[in-house]
Amino acid sequence: MSKEAELEGVKQSVVSGAYKAFVGVWMTGVILAAFLYSPEIANLKGTQIVYFHVPCAWLASLAFLGSGIYAVLYLRRQNLELDVKSASAAELGLLFCVLATVTGAVFSKANWGMAWNWDPRQTTIAALLLMYLAYFALRSALVGAEKRAAISGVYAVAACVVMPFLVFVLPRAFESLHPTVVRRGGMDPEIAVVLAASTLGFTAFGVWIFRLRVALGSIALSRMEEPL
Amino acid sequence: MVTLEIQGLSKAFGDRVLFKNLNFRVESGQCLVVTGRNGSGKTTLLRIIAGLVRPTRGRVLICDENGVMDRSRLRRNLGIVAPDLVLYDELTALENLVLFARLRGLDGGPEAAKRTLEKVGLCERAGDLVATFSSGMKQRLKYAFAIQHSPSVLLLDEPTSNLDEQGVDMVRRVVSEQKERGVLVVATNDPEERSYGEQFLHLG
Amino acid sequence: MANSSSTWADGCWAVLRKDIQSEFRTRYAFNAVVVFAITTLAVVSYSAQVVGAGSRLLSPLLWIIILFSAMSGLSRTFVREEDAGTANTLRLVAEPTAVYVGKLLFNTALLAVLDVLIVPLFLVLMDVSVGNLFLFVVILITGSASIAATATFVAAIVSKASVRSALFAVLSFPLLVPVLVAAVQGTEASLRGASIPEGMPFVRILTAFAGAMVAVGLLLFEHVWNEA
Repeated sequence: MSKEAELEGVKQSVVSGAYKAFVGVWMTGVILAAFLYSPEIANLKGTQIVYFHVPCAWLASLAFLGSGIYAVLYLRRQNLELDVKSASAAELGLLFCVLATVTGAVFSKANWGMAWNWDPRQTTIAALLLMYLAYFALRSALVGAEKRAAISGVYAVAACVVMPFLVFVLPRAFESLHPTVVRRGGMDPEIAVVLAASTLGFTAFGVWIFRLRVALGSIALSRMEEPL
Repeated sequence: MVTLEIQGLSKAFGDRVLFKNLNFRVESGQCLVVTGRNGSGKTTLLRIIAGLVRPTRGRVLICDENGVMDRSRLRRNLGIVAPDLVLYDELTALENLVLFARLRGLDGGPEAAKRTLEKVGLCERAGDLVATFSSGMKQRLKYAFAIQHSPSVLLLDEPTSNLDEQGVDMVRRVVSEQKERGVLVVATNDPEERSYGEQFLHLG
Repeated sequence: MANSSSTWADGCWAVLRKDIQSEFRTRYAFNAVVVFAITTLAVVSYSAQVVGAGSRLLSPLLWIIILFSAMSGLSRTFVREEDAGTANTLRLVAEPTAVYVGKLLFNTALLAVLDVLIVPLFLVLMDVSVGNLFLFVVILITGSASIAATATFVAAIVSKASVRSALFAVLSFPLLVPVLVAAVQGTEASLRGASIPEGMPFVRILTAFAGAMVAVGLLLFEHVWNEA
């Protein structure tokens, strides 16, 4: 390997190592702050979980959007790398969706005695979860890389179009137990700071996993036999 | 005047390579005959030209005075007869043709459809369900489907399969008419049908 | 030479006519849908506790019957073409969006016929009094239109995959969550006798959803249709 390439390689591993270390330290700080620094919210119990539940839900939606955008790009450019990105984003979204659902259920149980009561926001996250699972079920039922990419991509876009109905329209049309203090202004600065920090940290973490997953997917793609 | 050009065309299904780097050009008034044993890719090649299957590499260019034909122009200028082509069994021959005429943007009246049926010798069976047709009659109906819009490109896969003597005559008429109109590609192993061609391509 | 837009409209109409003609002669989808609906209705009304029950129970019941009937029959318009091989024939002659709109209209008509048959039967068998009939009918129309639009879109996707019927329900249901929530709540309101302004949010959601689904289908259908 040439000197320049070696230097590049070392630089890249230093940068990524620093990134990971930084995210690690950042999230440790967030966790400590969640338990030691920030106050209780609105007489609810176990509100520390909010600092993990909210970013997970946020990331689940973001990943969804990302999956849809990559799908549109694939449909326009027919580049399978874009399909790898779309599927990887969906995988990530599924993970965070599960986490958001579970943390939400735990919080619900602790405060209102029931883990699940089809509250509009719970319905939303459940529907999101089902959409992700449906997406992967569809992928596994399609044979052929281009076919799989195109058709599951179309579904991903449709799911993205339905998402605003789930996330914005439904909870506003119906009453919800979900804490609304998060929606309006008037949040204590301590809470806001830790929440923002947690969201940032989670996003950085998510991006890191996404890039790893995409790299894996790209390698698998290039390994596919090309007889011609 | 229409030309059909194949550039660097290759097709593989998974690991199985069907054909590699095909190049040829067919001018107006000419017929290309494609031969090869069963499974050599004759049908697939025709399907690629028709736009039903995507090639692994390379491309097909069909051009006339207005330039390269896109998908929508191809629909109006290409006709195909093939063994795996299926028409609507639950409709009558007439209803089938009227449907396709309307979809192609042609005169959708039953008279035009009847004229086409007369050309292929199916006039008396116009009002019968395709499900009741013999394979020979279905083949004739496929010809009606392929020529109702006077296409400048006609693809025939095993042209005379299931046809009796009159049917073969009908095919010869269609072939000579097509040569006056445009381009013809015939996939066959029948020596009689090979005589239609000016250019030849052997696969496999 | 007819101009392209009238050709397109002719094409839609031709596909719709063809589907109706085929349906008349084979009763392929109609049987599935109607038999399912009537059987479910009969089984449900057989239970003494359900008859005369309040709108909170009867509203979801009605939509369950409509939804599952739709799931049992609305995929056939596309699946049948692919299975018979006539889909390729259509691909050779028709503009993709004309095929899509024709089949969308067919599915909408099919569901409309089902509604006309089943809903009065439901109202009679369950001994339901409808408070606000106008609102009830509007919710029924917009809800059914949303279901038909979604089902047609998913049917096109599913016709390209291997495991059809299971996949059809799995893919449709998450997309339909907003429709079900709005339709059930809206119907319940109308049975209760809510005023039209009270019911408008639900009507708006359903109309917007139906419009969005149709638009998404029109834009993306070609990518699904042309995949080998």
